[in-house]
Amino acid sequence: MAAGAVDEAQLRDLIPGVLAALVHRGADFATAEDAVQEALLKAVELWPNRRPDDPKGWLITTAWRRFIDLARSDTARRDRELRVSDEPPPGPAESVDDTLQLYFLCAHPSLTSASAVALTLRAVGGLTTRQIAQAYLVPEATMAQRISRAKRTVSDVRLDQPGDLRTVLKVLYLVFNEGYSGDVDLAEEAIRLARQLAATTHDEEVAGLLALFLLHHARREARTRADGSLVVLADQDRSLWRRELIAEGVDILQAALARDRLGEYQAQAAIAALHADAQTSDETDWVQIVEWYDELVRLTDSPVVRLNRAVAVGEADGPQAGLAALAELDPTLPRYTASAAYLHERAGDFATATKLYAEAAAQAQNLAERNHLTLRAATLRQRTLGSHGS
Amino acid sequence: MAKYLFLKHYRGAPASVNDVPMDQWTPDEVQAHIQYMHDFAKRLQESGEFVDSQALTPEGAWVRSDGEGKPPVTDGPFAETKDLIAGWMIIDVDSYERAVELAGELSAAPGAGGKPIHEWLEVRSFLTAGPKFTE
Repeated sequence: MAAGAVDEAQLRDLIPGVLAALVHRGADFATAEDAVQEALLKAVELWPNRRPDDPKGWLITTAWRRFIDLARSDTARRDRELRVSDEPPPGPAESVDDTLQLYFLCAHPSLTSASAVALTLRAVGGLTTRQIAQAYLVPEATMAQRISRAKRTVSDVRLDQPGDLRTVLKVLYLVFNEGYSGDVDLAEEAIRLARQLAATTHDEEVAGLLALFLLHHARREARTRADGSLVVLADQDRSLWRRELIAEGVDILQAALARDRLGEYQAQAAIAALHADAQTSDETDWVQIVEWYDELVRLTDSPVVRLNRAVAVGEADGPQAGLAALAELDPTLPRYTASAAYLHERAGDFATATKLYAEAAAQAQNLAERNHLTLRAATLRQRTLGSHGS
Repeated sequence: MAKYLFLKHYRGAPASVNDVPMDQWTPDEVQAHIQYMHDFAKRLQESGEFVDSQALTPEGAWVRSDGEGKPPVTDGPFAETKDLIAGWMIIDVDSYERAVELAGELSAAPGAGGKPIHEWLEVRSFLTAGPKFTE
């Protein structure tokens, strides 16, 4: 076979199947997961020189051998009988259902969200502990503990029990939300995992989440400048939007919506699709966006959704209507002040907007947003001073 | 998941409940305190929530640039400085409630008489680098 660098994403696509195969043969999840991880490292080392004809088979064989070693040494240490042996696997071969079960296990409700994210990235995603630690900016030892605790927590969970897809989607949403730091692009990884999940189930919300990821990711290049500063939607260079991702996201979303089982991710994706559909900021169909926010409020009853809805109302019906919608909400909501500042700016009340932008900057939860809000305050202050001077 | 900083103050925090300065503790009391801090950090490492922990010397200097081509100017330490950081711990936890719970435990480290100090710790949350979903 051709030599050369191994496509790691492609390699990692095989992981859930390989891990499921081991579990099917009677391996315990925690040890099997370690064995698969080691087989993966071996593949990265050996495949550039000699790629096997059957990569998945190679991984299963290698991981299984490694598992036997690990289980034997473990057994010897604890002086216990080896429960598994080299005998052929009982039951059917692994299937797409196994992949789904693995997602359920790694997002098990007994895990905290941090643990579920870490375990999913490692056991389903095939990332190394080091990569996950770098992505979340914690020491490798901390991440190693987080993962091994998570594995212990789910060690008694049977893989054939039906799981809750909502918790899986939430975990993927959290991964996507983290964006990227270090050498792992977590947004790309979340998309890969969502694609893989979508291939195992016809659930409309899985499709909705994948569509949402694609539609949001399509605009990533346009969303920040080279220095990391934010570009608000209205100012984004729309030629930077990745049309192929938008088209794919829209297709997936439309197929899901046609099945008429609406959920919050489909509604969020619909809003993202409406933004992506506008050739210019002025062409944005804000009336329809507000309608989708109404659906989202109905589905989630989330105060954050109501806040976003108020901003959308401000675009559809004018800033005064937006401010009226805002006035009904709790002022301690995250981004409430920033939203109020924006609506006052739109209404032409620069003095109030300036004051609110400065307040919002002090409340911002991330650096890029704080810088953006500080800059808005400074720009409006200068404009106000300028108009007084003239 | 969010990172929080626990700041321990030499000066500037409200008075502790067990407010006897460390230099007046017995060696055993000091030992017990160090052991508690050590065990606490270890426990957080094992729970996968530990990021960093450092202690600082009480004395520091002020430094500022004095313009291009000139060496930086140093000054201080100033005895009158109201706020003085003794050290910190950084954790990565699921919620603010968890951060407060852990800060509470850390504050209960033993001091004089082997009794918990109940010192005030400052809990601060990190700004993340970029925004989450925004539209």
